[in-house]
Amino acid sequence: MLRKFAAPKIFYPLAGKLMPWFFWTFAVLGAVGLYWGLMLAPVDAVQGQAYRIMYVHVPSAWMSMMIYTSMAVSAAAVLVWRTKVAEYWLLCSPGLGASFTFITLVTGSLWGKPMWGTYWVWDARLTSELVLLFIYFAILAMKGAIPDRRKAARVMAMITVVGFVNIPIIKFSVDWWTTLHQGDSIFRKGGPSIAPSMLVPLFMMALSFSSYYFWLVLKHIRTLIERSAA
Amino acid sequence: MSLLTRKHKRRGAFLAVILIALSAATFLMLRAFSENLLFYFLPSQVKEGKAPARHDFRMGGLVLQGSVKKDGLTVHFTVTDLHDSVPVVYTGILPDLFHEGRGVIVEGRMSGPDLFKADQVLAKHDAKYQPPEMTPEMKKYMQAH
Repeated sequence: MLRKFAAPKIFYPLAGKLMPWFFWTFAVLGAVGLYWGLMLAPVDAVQGQAYRIMYVHVPSAWMSMMIYTSMAVSAAAVLVWRTKVAEYWLLCSPGLGASFTFITLVTGSLWGKPMWGTYWVWDARLTSELVLLFIYFAILAMKGAIPDRRKAARVMAMITVVGFVNIPIIKFSVDWWTTLHQGDSIFRKGGPSIAPSMLVPLFMMALSFSSYYFWLVLKHIRTLIERSAA
Repeated sequence: MSLLTRKHKRRGAFLAVILIALSAATFLMLRAFSENLLFYFLPSQVKEGKAPARHDFRMGGLVLQGSVKKDGLTVHFTVTDLHDSVPVVYTGILPDLFHEGRGVIVEGRMSGPDLFKADQVLAKHDAKYQPPEMTPEMKKYMQAH
């Protein structure tokens, strides 16, 4: 089943059909979520207006890990089955992943200065997220260094698999060790500790960001399929 | 064409072995360095003498209710983990989130047996996001209109 969809001949038109859905989800939810989050959502009792940076920071952080996880799945398919579409997925993703990681680090740092009292500390959460950025850079460097696309994808797949150990470390760093970064506000025992009026636009932004990623990846993969057919 | 020919099984097994070896290596490494990965010590650990005595370290906990005393830029407060507490002195600007009853991390060293001299004070966020609660006057106003 999955193999059938992974054939470029089937994947190409399917991606073409899905792309407008992803684009409009990204555009509409992004606009509504941003306006709701930045203008309509109530101020925070403790942080005042500054908390609103989370509407960019939190979805970006989720994307930085979600994109990497999708790359790790692709990497396994590349290493075991040499699946072409998985190779394309791996070639198209690290640039976007690195961008979201960078946005996460910068927005977090800007929030940290007034709230924590520092732009940066070397605690386990912040450090492991920075390591993720460097892993993305390493994968991107391989893409640039190896001209043959299929060979590049295989080397990228190997680095992706090795670097995957960092993902659970980022996720659970705030539970395993003491950190300056706060613990999880959403996926925690007893439900989210964010007021519903603040949480709804956050989920909209998360959906918008992931749709943006899928839209761009599908677009990019279609270009690669076109090029290899030409 | 089958999904798992002998070739695919061999590659899959190889990948699984690599993954298991990597996870094990990472687990052992994190365990070995777990002390260094802690960002701060609790007041009770400091009292038990687990914090380094000769160089700087960080101590984290809650700012004890009613303990904050300001004298110009110098501020005295007590950090507690609800089991043990350590008095702290600090001169400088406090972060926005610094408040009695909330989380704090101080960086510095012990000066004497019962005083922590902080060079830096960081506020910890409690991961709660709530609109300000309505005061009784506000509620009355809302009901009247």
